[in-house]
Amino acid sequence: MGSKLSITLLALAALTTAAQAQDKNSDVVARGEYLARAGDCTACHTAAEGHLFAGGRAMPTPFGTLYTSNITPDPATGIGKWSADDFYKTMHSGRFPDGGLIYPAMPFASYTKVTRADSDAIFAYLRSIPPVIQKNKPHELRFPYDNRQLILGWRTLYFREGEFKPDPAKSAEWNRGAYLVEGLGHCSMCHSPINALGGTSQSDAFKGGLIPMQNWYAPSLTSNREAGLGDWSIKDITDLLQTGVSMRGVVYGPMAEVVHNSLQYLDDADTRAMAVYLKGISEPSPPPPPSSTLPTTESSLLISLGKSVYDKSCASCHGTQGEGKPPHWPPLANNQSIEMQSAVNPIRMVLNGGYPPGTKGNPMPYGMPPFAGLLSDNEVAAVVSYIRTAWGNRGTPVSAREANELRSAPLH
Amino acid sequence: MFARYPALAFAIATLAAMDGAAAQTANQPPDTMAARVEACTPCHGNKGEGTNDVYFPRLAGKPAGYLYNQLLAFRSGRRKYPPMNYLLEFLPDPYLEAMAAYFASEHPPLPQPAPSEVSKEVLAQGELLATSGDADRSIPACVSCHGPGLTGMQPGIPGLLGLRAAYVSAQLGAWRYGNRTAKAPDCMQLVAGHLTEADVTAVAAWLATRPAPANPAPVPKGTYALPFGCGSQPN
Repeated sequence: MGSKLSITLLALAALTTAAQAQDKNSDVVARGEYLARAGDCTACHTAAEGHLFAGGRAMPTPFGTLYTSNITPDPATGIGKWSADDFYKTMHSGRFPDGGLIYPAMPFASYTKVTRADSDAIFAYLRSIPPVIQKNKPHELRFPYDNRQLILGWRTLYFREGEFKPDPAKSAEWNRGAYLVEGLGHCSMCHSPINALGGTSQSDAFKGGLIPMQNWYAPSLTSNREAGLGDWSIKDITDLLQTGVSMRGVVYGPMAEVVHNSLQYLDDADTRAMAVYLKGISEPSPPPPPSSTLPTTESSLLISLGKSVYDKSCASCHGTQGEGKPPHWPPLANNQSIEMQSAVNPIRMVLNGGYPPGTKGNPMPYGMPPFAGLLSDNEVAAVVSYIRTAWGNRGTPVSAREANELRSAPLH
Repeated sequence: MFARYPALAFAIATLAAMDGAAAQTANQPPDTMAARVEACTPCHGNKGEGTNDVYFPRLAGKPAGYLYNQLLAFRSGRRKYPPMNYLLEFLPDPYLEAMAAYFASEHPPLPQPAPSEVSKEVLAQGELLATSGDADRSIPACVSCHGPGLTGMQPGIPGLLGLRAAYVSAQLGAWRYGNRTAKAPDCMQLVAGHLTEADVTAVAAWLATRPAPANPAPVPKGTYALPFGCGSQPN
């Protein structure tokens, strides 16, 4: 009897341990899913109407088209044979398990900052999703970019391997935000100037740049003249990141994708940490260079035509003084994205309109109508010149040619 | 004092709350679908009645299921038109459903048919194809799916009235060339594949001459049987 009892107790203990291990494992998987959201893996590794993480999405680059890979646990076509070490190596070093070089369209220059524990959690999550049999499509890169050895040069210039190192002089919250923004969030992939080699130098991180192939301008996160958040309240920043709309502005285009697939799923503490960090990295801006190439007479004619276009077509939502009805109808007065040196985004918004992403916090967003079919190039240039210079805004006028060029910018 | 007049206290509190809500609302866009779909109106009209641009279709009064299918197809890129693909890319299903329901419930009057630019013979050919089809060439009559009155059937088959010839012709072309696809079996792709350029011109022209019927509403689901399978209208 005594021995029977002890066997039963032993069995119970074993069951409990198994259950605890199971719980612990499902905690890790849940944590990995959350982190995969923070890394926005799905944006690239899931094709439209495709299976989750089965890849196959075309990524046009200036060097040709890359196709994203299958990261489901299928052993033949996915990453089913990979170990956690292999996965960490891709994230941390930008190399396949066999040592092959990964194209830097995969943001390993940011993911290198991710901790081993977080990498393992993401891997555990990817192991838990349904395997999909789908062969990877070969990349279509032009000569000479089809030679992977060229990546070595790129890596020497632009890749600094290494996990995130907290700054002991800053708060834990700031450091958490920095870890998310610089690491999984891979914000610098768009918000830094990209040079002709497809690289970003460390000193230019977060200084803003035109996103190649998409022709949207990803504003600087450090200059308050662009998307620097130095004079934003923490609440406005967290609203923008979590819901897509805020009292100061609204996200559209590629940033709508990021909020839709990634940022809306982050918890309040992480969102706040990112906001604290982003607010902290803004720098006082130098005075803007006088950059308008238009003669004064032309720009003053444009601006007066612009006012009449604005009063007729825009004021009913954005207000006669550009005050808008935030958060849904964004203000245009004192709105950095209207005033910043690149006029690409305001011109695109006038031409194509847009919807902010539908999010948990803003499930039925209000949309901006496209005016491409209603306004001439001259009228588009005029109204954009007007909103960039009216109500104390300090942008510069734009030409009809700039408006015309963006009519053919890719939309989708 | 309020303890003695609880109703009064409640009324004051309610009024104060309403006042706050009114102030809030004054600074906000109207909380309506009409305000939310303003992005659609430059091309499709304020109530989805269409605009002067012959390539942009009327949306009003089409079956909600049909409109929802189109919104899903534009969002995923299955139906290709970059300005629409771009607008819808990050909108969730329930919102697209609400947009579809909104335009389905609008009933601005159908436009007067415009005088046709094609000959009587071409119109007659269009009428023949639309009402009888051409069995020898495996072309079903439009009316066999879109209904005897061409007003469509709930939930997924659109009416064909109030559309300009240019739009219908462009859509049949888009099916033939694969820019427009629908759930399998993609019945319209099959049908369009059997049409010649001349057939498309004739059918599109004849449809555009049809006057508004007394009741332009789509008929209820199951009013008639479809001649073949259609992914957009599962049985």
